[in-house]
Amino acid sequence: MKAVVLGVGNLILADEGVGVRVIEALERDYVMPPGVQVIDAGTSGMEMLDDMSHLDFLLVVDAIAAGKAPGELVQLRGDAVPVFFRRNLSPHGIGLSDVLASLEFLGAEPKETVILGVQPTSLDLSTELTPTIAARVPELVAQVVDELTQRGLAPTRK
Amino acid sequence: MSKRITVDPITRIEGHLRIDVDVDGGKVNKAWSSGQMWRGVELILQGRDPRDAWTITQRICGVCTTVHAIASVRAVENALQLEVPLNAQYIRNLIILAHCVHDHIVHFYHLSALDWVDVTSALKADPDKTAVLAESLSSWNRNGKHEMRAVKERLAGFVNGGQLGIFTNGYWGHPAMKLPPEVNLLAVAHYLQALEVQRKANKIVSILGSKTPHIQNLAVGGVANPIATDSQSVLTVERLMAIKGWIDELSDFVKNVYLIDVAAVGAFYADWTKYGAGVTNYLSVPDLPLDTKGTQFALPGGYIEGGDVSKFKPITSFNDDFWGKGVEESVKHSWYEYGDKKPLHPYQGETKPNYTDFQDAGKYSWLKSPTFYGKPAQVGPLAHVLCMFAAGHEPTRKYATAALNTVSALAKTKVGIEALHSTIGRHAARAVRCAVMVDQLADQWGLLVNNIGKGDTKTFNQPVFPKGESMGVGFHEAPRGVLSHWVVIDNGKIKNYQCVVPSTWNACPKNEKDEMGPYEASLIGNPIADPEKPLEVLRTIHSFDPCIACAVHLTDTENEQNVSIKVV
Repeated sequence: MKAVVLGVGNLILADEGVGVRVIEALERDYVMPPGVQVIDAGTSGMEMLDDMSHLDFLLVVDAIAAGKAPGELVQLRGDAVPVFFRRNLSPHGIGLSDVLASLEFLGAEPKETVILGVQPTSLDLSTELTPTIAARVPELVAQVVDELTQRGLAPTRK
Repeated sequence: MSKRITVDPITRIEGHLRIDVDVDGGKVNKAWSSGQMWRGVELILQGRDPRDAWTITQRICGVCTTVHAIASVRAVENALQLEVPLNAQYIRNLIILAHCVHDHIVHFYHLSALDWVDVTSALKADPDKTAVLAESLSSWNRNGKHEMRAVKERLAGFVNGGQLGIFTNGYWGHPAMKLPPEVNLLAVAHYLQALEVQRKANKIVSILGSKTPHIQNLAVGGVANPIATDSQSVLTVERLMAIKGWIDELSDFVKNVYLIDVAAVGAFYADWTKYGAGVTNYLSVPDLPLDTKGTQFALPGGYIEGGDVSKFKPITSFNDDFWGKGVEESVKHSWYEYGDKKPLHPYQGETKPNYTDFQDAGKYSWLKSPTFYGKPAQVGPLAHVLCMFAAGHEPTRKYATAALNTVSALAKTKVGIEALHSTIGRHAARAVRCAVMVDQLADQWGLLVNNIGKGDTKTFNQPVFPKGESMGVGFHEAPRGVLSHWVVIDNGKIKNYQCVVPSTWNACPKNEKDEMGPYEASLIGNPIADPEKPLEVLRTIHSFDPCIACAVHLTDTENEQNVSIKVV
């Protein structure tokens, strides 16, 4: 079983960085079992190709502009996943969606993908999350731990 | 009667760029390049510790993480006149080179080849004939019949499954697509192989940078890589040998596949040597420092005015005033406010937004307009290759000549260096530069191993911040061209910070004298076969390897990404 938890987002645009902050919390508080990699992808693209090849499970954490109330948690599974990747989810025209499309062409796409996110409050220029979103980080961390545990990949608390 | 075409956003690039052109008689006669996102990273940096700036600036952009980190530490080191140990220079050089080779390969195969290669036409190719053609051009060991048959089969499965995926946005069957089916199939085969080989470059960055995509090993004053030949956790002989193996694989691909593919595409599209020259003032900087002070470099750089290589003027060190005093930025056509002030030097640069609508004759972009001694300048691999050629850099001359000879043989006509001042020439120059860089990877690797072998394990000099004000500039010849960070430090804190990035030089709006920037000028005269499908605009813009995220920054994630092409 090979899984990746991928935090994406831009750390200098306030809540856009929430995915990366969740990764930082996971790295600080948990030890991952063999086969699970936790990656701060920031806003990168093709560099991720290697780490994302032939995964059984891809778990993406990101700020999601889903038209909900700020701070509301969002989960996308199944048919909602491709829609998410078709959207311009970051300032980056080439990014995760192109990596996944390339993986499909190579026949190396993830077997299962789940996206966990939160509706941002602010995408203004700042290196800090807004208090509303910062308060949601522990829940997102718990959700990541749950998703992994359900697949027999339970992280251990440090 | 001229027609207005708006392409918004330009796809397969990082960031949000809008291009407008007026077309008359099937040709572009006016052009506007507009960055559609605001960048304010400079404001975040004010008041911070200069030693932290690089970790923040590398978050500006997802494609160019390492280049901002490098320019940032160099700027602070320049302000302090701090020397950098040789090992640190070599390790940084290796990271710079591996990142660059990665970037050039990905740009050609994955971001711009689809402007020239018709993927659907590849399905009509005879794989055996493709193999014969490929083997006549190169000794690459993955050009055989079996490989080509397998690629065609995979492509057919992909397309017939309705899964165009990465190829969705292409203009398939466009009248400006000219490659024969076999060349298209060969390009698709190499597209797949390039996906594999680019990983090797990335592995080098991740081992030396401790982490990727955001490297962790830099420090103002050097690098944080402890060197020990007998420890598991640091830079060991074993890791250095693994790096050498990847360098050799990259070298094989760049010289026997990339350089040849670009020449082949260039030969079939020889008409594109006539379009896209635009601004022929070329600016580059020297890079890959070979001493601790930044006065000797493996690769030369400098300035060529008006496309005349005999008028090359070199930039010779990190402290060269010819560079440092030549740069200014105008906001006459940008959504910023300088009060009554004329163009400003980056040390005095301001970041005060002043948004108006898109005004053809007024303000229309979030990018500022930089000039070198008052003139617009093109930056990027073409500028660098022409400057290195002019400086008599032998490897550049060797690979440029080889590429032009391949084009000449295939096009059955003599094609000289003047053909490089063009849309297709920018692709050729990028491949030539990539070959130069891949050789430098091996050279810098040798320098590092040799220096460690002498017993030198020093990688860091402690920075000391003086009381009062100091200023510095860090420049770097990045994959998209000259990148510079300008820092003013006051009592150990950042007082002002300005990034003048490659895509600002190239994608800028008109300057104080209303002269066009390189993107705009390069579009003038381009033929437009079908205003509803302005493939030609994409070809010329993509040839610059645009990357707008760091030139400006975002506001919008709410909307679905729609590419609108508006013809008025």
